Amino acid sequence: MTSRREFMKEAATGALVLGAQKGHALTRGLDSRSESKAKVVIARDPALHGADGKLDSARVGSLLDRAISAYTGHRRPVDAWKRLVVDGGAKDKVIGLKTNGLGGKGISTHAVLVLAIAERLQQAGVKPGNILIWDRNARDLQACGLTINTDPNQVRCFGSDVSGFEDAVEIWGSSRVRFSKILTRECAMVINLPILKDHSMSGVTFAMKNMYGVVERPQDLHANGCNPGVADLNAFPTIRQKIKLTIGDAMTSVYDGGPGFRPEHLWQPNALIVGEDRVAIDQIAWGILDKKRAEMGLKTLEAAGRPPRYIATAADSAHALGVNDQQRIKLIEI
Amino acid sequence: MKRFKLMLAVSLISLIALGALAGCKKKAATPFPASGVVAGWDKSSETRTFEPKDLWQYIDGDSEQYIQAGVVSTSTSDYKYKGQLEAVVDVYTMSGPDGAQTILERGQTKDAKAINIGDQGLQYAQSVTFRKGAHLVRIVAYQSNADSMQSLAALAHGVEANL
Repeated sequence: MTSRREFMKEAATGALVLGAQKGHALTRGLDSRSESKAKVVIARDPALHGADGKLDSARVGSLLDRAISAYTGHRRPVDAWKRLVVDGGAKDKVIGLKTNGLGGKGISTHAVLVLAIAERLQQAGVKPGNILIWDRNARDLQACGLTINTDPNQVRCFGSDVSGFEDAVEIWGSSRVRFSKILTRECAMVINLPILKDHSMSGVTFAMKNMYGVVERPQDLHANGCNPGVADLNAFPTIRQKIKLTIGDAMTSVYDGGPGFRPEHLWQPNALIVGEDRVAIDQIAWGILDKKRAEMGLKTLEAAGRPPRYIATAADSAHALGVNDQQRIKLIEI
Repeated sequence: MKRFKLMLAVSLISLIALGALAGCKKKAATPFPASGVVAGWDKSSETRTFEPKDLWQYIDGDSEQYIQAGVVSTSTSDYKYKGQLEAVVDVYTMSGPDGAQTILERGQTKDAKAINIGDQGLQYAQSVTFRKGAHLVRIVAYQSNADSMQSLAALAHGVEANL
């Protein structure tokens, strides 16, 4: 845990270092990232939900700004977004925002977060038509509270049911997949927007598991608790290269009975989790879920027989997708 | 006499055929109450049905536990209650009562309250789950208010009556 004072010190130091490098972690790439500490920011706002249980959109925007500033070291969020776009190789290109609406209304990436990111990208100079909010299909997007829009002059929002999938089957390890054309043909860079959930098979579904929504038949990757399915899928070059940043929605979550909507197991962590290292993010997410499960008198995911083993697989030398060693994760909580 | 026997045979065959047709019709009837059948509830979407091989499209990884429990068919539809509550009704038809019971027990927590519906029913603040024969029904509301438990129970009884 990092105290507020320690965080401010780290942020200030980070800003100086980043200033000297004229860039941030996105420029370092995967290989160097695995040798240094993976940075993960958890930004919280206990008052994110109003008395009526609904998200306060202004507070969500502020939380997003704080999270991005803390992650990048840029004091002004607009500068952070400009840098993210440039370093992501997406200047004047299409940036995808990959949501997760599979759990249905109530446990899907919140539209208020997605739209706040789209707004900030525009403030950073991205044309509306170069922002594409996407998921598996229209139903999933609507579950997030989003509206389908294919107008090229506006922020677009449609699913792989519109774009279709590549004909070619690609293979990596155990995975044989056909990618969505939104990922392969439309997007130069994708910002990953999963929602934190318990998962009846994989234990945790968050940063890496959200990639199941970019292929045609994700059910083929569910065997053995999604291990090595999740790790293999994330190892495809297309995903490695294009999924630059994860802004995880942990504003609402389900700590048991997931991945569907289970109101009896719903809770509000009121947090955003930001980072590039999806392995590190999932490792942190696992700890968050287990802590909540313990509070509720439930077994840990390990004791319940469904630890997310795919996280360690993703960190192994064959996959080298990131780090799962807590000592190598620089966790910044604000 | 021969002619009489022939007519009798034809009549019997016709009766059996009609009976079979009526039986088919009964089986094909939807478990989902139409709008207004249960006071305050409107059916707000088309019914979607999934075979086991396609169930992942609806509930992703959750599908595996239903397949292992012998799910034969899954149907779902959305409902709205007086513009205040939104809910989804899922009807899982299993190959036998045991499979439905397995799923019902698996999801049970200490907060569950027994509800007198079907063979066994459980209720939470925003959901009702019950088993009737080989059917497992789960009704989940996206919001809650003072009446939500009562109105969800009413909808559950409306579904049960069609099973």
